[in-house]
Amino acid sequence: MRRFLLALACLVPLLAYAGEARDLSDDPVTEKRMVKLAEELRCLVCQNESLASSHAELADDLRQEVREKIRKGLTDQQIKDYLVARYGDFVLYQPPVKRTTYLLWAGPFILLLAGMGILYVQLRKRKSAIKDETPSAEALQRAAAMLSDEKEKI
Amino acid sequence: MTRFILPFIVFVVLVIFLFIGLRLDPREVPSPLVGKPAPVFVQPQLGEASKVFSPADMKGKVWLMNVWASWCVSCEAEHPVLMELSKLNLVPIIGLDYKDKPEAAMQVLNQRGNPYSLVATDRDGRTGIDYGVYGVPETYVIDKQGIIQYKLIGPVNPKNLKETILPMVAELEKK
Repeated sequence: MRRFLLALACLVPLLAYAGEARDLSDDPVTEKRMVKLAEELRCLVCQNESLASSHAELADDLRQEVREKIRKGLTDQQIKDYLVARYGDFVLYQPPVKRTTYLLWAGPFILLLAGMGILYVQLRKRKSAIKDETPSAEALQRAAAMLSDEKEKI
Repeated sequence: MTRFILPFIVFVVLVIFLFIGLRLDPREVPSPLVGKPAPVFVQPQLGEASKVFSPADMKGKVWLMNVWASWCVSCEAEHPVLMELSKLNLVPIIGLDYKDKPEAAMQVLNQRGNPYSLVATDRDGRTGIDYGVYGVPETYVIDKQGIIQYKLIGPVNPKNLKETILPMVAELEKK
């Protein structure tokens, strides 16, 4: 009897485990897709965190929303569209290419090209400047005369 | 002298950009919902759970929807402004009690006064998500056709009320 009770007592911790983190382990495939998607989405409360890493309550709700949408069989793009319709392009870490974002996307390349252009011009200038530095025969003669003068003084 | 002019111009342009940047509030994310119909919902009313509220009930009226909660600190700051506004009787204010316990919300209204024509409850925050709520308090100006015309993020204060919200309400009222 005592052994039986002991064995029964060993089962008690299992009860405590039952409810824990059910949400997360429910379906690992859904969870993995949710996390991957949430990493590309911005949390609006703490703006420099992704939805996946934020502890804000709204982020919690939105992760739950994404989970449900995944279960309903929506594609990643449909889920993103759903969030963009409510929170704007701001929720996307990668902004879409459209009229208002042309400068954002092209800006770095324009700056790079401009920088390369300036560098090219500068290098050309330097090259021609070096060429001009070659002393003329007359100048060399003068220099030699000056040097021999110095020697005589010593 | 001339070789300093170009860097100086670049510097001035940079300062102008940074100055503009400093004056922008990064918390104010433009809402894609402005110009779109207010999302549909049906939620029980605070204090009268048997009655429901839906934005369709307000068709033909210009109205404000104020998202608030008893746990929200900035809502406390805007509360006196809303009280003043409700006394003016210019525009109905519908409250949306966001992720809140009805008892706590009732207690706040009993203590500080109730500026709302009625309050709809959004206990799980679903309606909030449909409206793109990310920081209470938020206030929406909705026109007679049920189109969201403006969204204010953060508390209503005498300045934005007088300069933005009330002129907009008056304008929409004429249409």
